[in-house]
Amino acid sequence: MATASKTTSARSKSASRTRSTAKKAKPAIAEFKKDDELHAYREMLLIRRFEEKAGQLYGMGLIGGFCHLYIGQEAVVVGMQMAKKDGDQMITGYRDHGHMLAMDLDPGAVMAELTGRRGGLSKGKGGSMHMFSKEKHFYGGHGIVGAQVPLGTGLAFANKYRGNGNVSMAFFGDGASNQGQVYESFNMAELWKLPVVYVIENNKYGMGTSVSRASATTDLSQRGASFNIPGEQVDGMDVRAVRAAAEKALAWCRDGKGPYILEMITYRYRGHSMSDPAKYRSKDEVQKMRTEHDPIEQVRARLIEKGWASEDDLKAIDKEVRARVAEAAEFAQSDPEPDASELYTDILL
Amino acid sequence: MPIDILMPALSPTMEEGKLAKWLKAEGDAVTAGDVIAEIETDKATMEVEAVDEGTMGKILVPEGTDNVKVNEKIAVLLGDGEDASAIDAAAAAPAAAPVPAPAQAEAPSAPVAPAAPVVSEPAEDPEIPAGTAMKTSTVREALRDAMAEEMRRDPDVFVMGEEVAEYQGAYKITQGLLDEFSDKRVIDTPITEHGFAGLGVGAAMAGLRPIVEFMTFNFAMQAIDQIINSAAKTLYMSGGQMGAPIVFRGPNGAAARVGAQHSQDYASWYAHVPGLKVIQPYSAADAKGLLKAAIRDPNPVIFLENEILYGHSFEIPDMDDFVLPIGKAKIERGGSDVTLVSWGIGMTYALQAADELAGMGISAEVINLRTIRPLDIETVLASVRKTGRIVTIEEAFPMCSVSSEIAFQVQEQAFDYLDAPILRVTGKDVPMPYAANLEKLALPSVPEVIEAVKAVTYTA
Repeated sequence: MATASKTTSARSKSASRTRSTAKKAKPAIAEFKKDDELHAYREMLLIRRFEEKAGQLYGMGLIGGFCHLYIGQEAVVVGMQMAKKDGDQMITGYRDHGHMLAMDLDPGAVMAELTGRRGGLSKGKGGSMHMFSKEKHFYGGHGIVGAQVPLGTGLAFANKYRGNGNVSMAFFGDGASNQGQVYESFNMAELWKLPVVYVIENNKYGMGTSVSRASATTDLSQRGASFNIPGEQVDGMDVRAVRAAAEKALAWCRDGKGPYILEMITYRYRGHSMSDPAKYRSKDEVQKMRTEHDPIEQVRARLIEKGWASEDDLKAIDKEVRARVAEAAEFAQSDPEPDASELYTDILL
Repeated sequence: MPIDILMPALSPTMEEGKLAKWLKAEGDAVTAGDVIAEIETDKATMEVEAVDEGTMGKILVPEGTDNVKVNEKIAVLLGDGEDASAIDAAAAAPAAAPVPAPAQAEAPSAPVAPAAPVVSEPAEDPEIPAGTAMKTSTVREALRDAMAEEMRRDPDVFVMGEEVAEYQGAYKITQGLLDEFSDKRVIDTPITEHGFAGLGVGAAMAGLRPIVEFMTFNFAMQAIDQIINSAAKTLYMSGGQMGAPIVFRGPNGAAARVGAQHSQDYASWYAHVPGLKVIQPYSAADAKGLLKAAIRDPNPVIFLENEILYGHSFEIPDMDDFVLPIGKAKIERGGSDVTLVSWGIGMTYALQAADELAGMGISAEVINLRTIRPLDIETVLASVRKTGRIVTIEEAFPMCSVSSEIAFQVQEQAFDYLDAPILRVTGKDVPMPYAANLEKLALPSVPEVIEAVKAVTYTA
């Protein structure tokens, strides 16, 4: 970095920023009322059923390329969604179907994008990893690991520039947390006090490599410590814990205190993508998570236990969700492919 | 023996400067490391430190003198026990050999054929209304004025980059902007190209209009993923919902003696990518009119400047709002025998060659592309259909260059009009060397352009 020559004007930026404590906070559990539990149940179930259907369609050859399913991680995005306000933005990587459903995007448009049809969210030109909705404040859908982190920081920059009080939520995985641009973003976000919550979805494997095989320090919530960004680990399988942490982090950002890091400890039941044989972990490990920590089963058990829903009530919800997903899948198969003329549109404005 | 103090070169491209202030008077003692003078260039004010000890014997260039050439003698330092008479004695002695001039690259010199003068006239710019008053501006001032005007016009426009604010710009392109627009809109970034390029793209996706300055495009290599994968492709991947109205700008290509890692021309890299616009201005008018257009453009625009051109002065129209169309070339000289196509600093070779060719009886039409993508091939084709011969000139590497693309499109669309193979004069296919003679050899030269023209006009 040496082309600029030295001048007499002194560098004035002093490095005298005080270092406040970036200690690990004790996780809290949000108090859920009946409506909260039912909302979380319905939203998570929609993602689960949608992803199961996407897996089926992939197996039938109707979805091509890469397809990364969110099954197992539903509580993370739903808990964040329950805490956010209108106008707050979300941006994530390529495991993005759940985020779009949580941001209230039409399941039919998302599924039709997966099948590459003209009614897809990106007219069939983006695919599983690349979908966006300005209207719903969803900024993608990014295929390059970690690229969404500076972009999400830029969304926060725009929020601060405009003084609109919105917060950006930038999701990335444990794998992306080792990308250099993540730390470039952390530095600028804290330096300029940008309203961004970094949500690290630690599902324990970056593709086939476990966190401990890839990361010199495995408490990813402390990855912002050298920038003075507070961070905490959250039980990402418990939607109540996610919401409580999200509320705290979003309030921190909205108060102008800068960024916040939430490390969601979660788990994906399926492979990294559809073509992953998952030889790097045992079937027992997966089964144990499913039976003991499943985010949807946790809510279901509470609903029954508290008498807020009967088995029949939950069956009715399941039926309704299945019908929505079936309708989306039907549309995604019957909708025509994009017109050939679309090849040359949307390149420049 | 008195020691001569020479006007120092304070940057790779400095040729002259103003001796702003002497901090030592005649008769003052000087210790090595003392600041003895302040020098202003168009980029910065710099201090001159003494290298030797002694007494300031004589000041030869008074303070306040403009345009003092690098290596000109500005003062004389006397050693122990010497007095002013030593200066006169030294002056009487044969002048010490100057610092050896960098060896000139030996390019074949063309024998000048006696010929009648031919037409190769500066052409009017059709984009400038007839009768518009002109004023003189450097490229540097034009770029600054373009940004300032657009920032006044649109509060969503902001500029960010390394040293753009308090330092007033590494190359002084953003000089004065901080004072006018505050640190909300003129933002010093850490040295973090990948990060701030991505941050800028995110801000653009949210609807702001960032101007991201790279200290040089060589450093943009750190950020190229965000430029290509995030800025250029999002509009398409979102089915037209979301684009990135952003300008990436900064010096590109070779400056002087900065070696391989600071000297690359990236025009063809970016021009390869659908979803980007790529501009490479030559003159101050190009710089101003096209930067304003780039800032208003709803697409990501790569704006490739050149450090050597920053200090060059040109006539530019004295208009409130001078905007040039992106994607339109300018015929800089009309001519009939051969078409010379260039852009950016390549234009300096093309125009000088055209002058020399005119003296040799060869009339060259010179096209300044201004924009690389979208490429105004129609203007090139119209000229080639007239002249039947074309030579392209650029400083970039030859392989997969912009010249390669022009050659392809011309043979595809004007094959029957060609009277000779298409030739290109480019930078050599080597990393940029440091040594002065090798660097000169690595870059195109006017004699090379003339040789190429003689080859295509069969006058060699």
